[in-house]
Amino acid sequence: MSMPFYVAPEQVMRDRADYARKNVARGRPLVACIYAEGILMAAENINRRLRKISEIYDRIAFAGVGKFNELDQLRVAGVRHADTKGYTYSREDVDARSLANVYGAYLGQVFTHEMKPMEVEIVVAELGHEAGQDSLYHISFDGVMVDAEQFVALGAEAEAVSERMQESVDATDDLATALGKALAALSGPDRTIERADLEVAVLARGNGRRAFRRIGPDQVEALLGA
Amino acid sequence: MSLPLFPATEDPGPSFTELLRRVGPAPAVPTSTATMPVTHGTTVLALRYADGILMAGDRRATAGHEIAHRAVEKLFPADSHSGVCFAGAASPAIEMVRLFQTQLEHYEKVEGLALSLEGKANQLGQMIRQNLPMAMQGFVVVPLFAGFDLRRQTGRIFTYDPSGGPYEERDFQTTGSGGRDARTAIKMAFKDDMDRAKAIEVAVQALYEAADEDTATGGPDVVRGIYPTVATITAAGFERVPEAEVAESFSTLIGRRTASGGRA
Repeated sequence: MSMPFYVAPEQVMRDRADYARKNVARGRPLVACIYAEGILMAAENINRRLRKISEIYDRIAFAGVGKFNELDQLRVAGVRHADTKGYTYSREDVDARSLANVYGAYLGQVFTHEMKPMEVEIVVAELGHEAGQDSLYHISFDGVMVDAEQFVALGAEAEAVSERMQESVDATDDLATALGKALAALSGPDRTIERADLEVAVLARGNGRRAFRRIGPDQVEALLGA
Repeated sequence: MSLPLFPATEDPGPSFTELLRRVGPAPAVPTSTATMPVTHGTTVLALRYADGILMAGDRRATAGHEIAHRAVEKLFPADSHSGVCFAGAASPAIEMVRLFQTQLEHYEKVEGLALSLEGKANQLGQMIRQNLPMAMQGFVVVPLFAGFDLRRQTGRIFTYDPSGGPYEERDFQTTGSGGRDARTAIKMAFKDDMDRAKAIEVAVQALYEAADEDTATGGPDVVRGIYPTVATITAAGFERVPEAEVAESFSTLIGRRTASGGRA
């Protein structure tokens, strides 16, 4: 029996996409959504110290699901890109769109040219100077970028989480309301996520130059009430 | 290391600095015959008080005997709980401050944890050390770094010289061409656990004395309303003292000096 030397490109790409999608879908869910003061990011994360949501720059944050070491590699690269650009030009010249483009280009290249694609899906969030100017960029493992209007949902059962977010999300909500809706979307009707297993952060207007803040478990409790 | 041998026509002669240049590591001593440039005109200071550290710097920049700028900022926050002020050539100093601020924030973002205060002080020392070749050509930068150490819950002061550092100071330190006059003034007035108002008074007096003796240090410019920059670094972080408060303190001092005919 002869070995097949030819594999259709569609087959190769589909296999790669399936591989990445399957591995990403095993990661616990994460949402990013716009609320009144800025952008809320919430993820189910049983790790206390390994973070899925991080600060990139003054008004830019990074969040993702998938293989942690690859996520962290992308995170650090983003911080380096932003700090270098800000130092070379000025802090105001650093924006999320160009960073998202750079991520898209890199992920696309790895998807096509490397042995295996990166098993990640990421979101880059940028806080606008005023309400209505916030941005969310969803970049998937193959480098495809989507500029999201209201929210991004990643990870396990992303479609179901997305549907729940679509029904409830409101850009004028305050933080407590937005967090409640995010938690409901993440957990769904059939299960409960322990509040201690939530990683929450915001980019908020009024936080000074560095808009990123982590919302610790005590504050999460206070916001969600009883 | 190999035995340093040279052809007769390329012998470095009795100069050890020349030998180092040929075969040794990067020299830490001047390799030219030019004299080490004197620290450029300025007075900046840091002193300990009850809540932490107070830092201050004058506003004048000189080019030779001419005033180049009247309102230069020489005191900057390095991050939320530390500050840096500098004496020396203005452009490389400001660039170094920017680089230092970026490096501290970059480290915190990449590692997820801020550097310790000592780590920050060491980082700045390395930057000064790397600037040594430029310093040799006249672009010298000599900073003063201070911060509130959140782990030890106390203020700390670090000084440098053109080839590096840091050296930790216990109570106060100054640098710049007016530094010695300012330091003497602080020495005469310093007490442990001064309150904020008293600390401002001591700093203001020190800068006044420096400006009185050193042409390269600017005193209070009441005509234009330009006063030295003063900031406190406490558990609450780096906070500028409002200009009105600084102006008020100078006004009191000037009143007293006027009444005494320029004496204490």
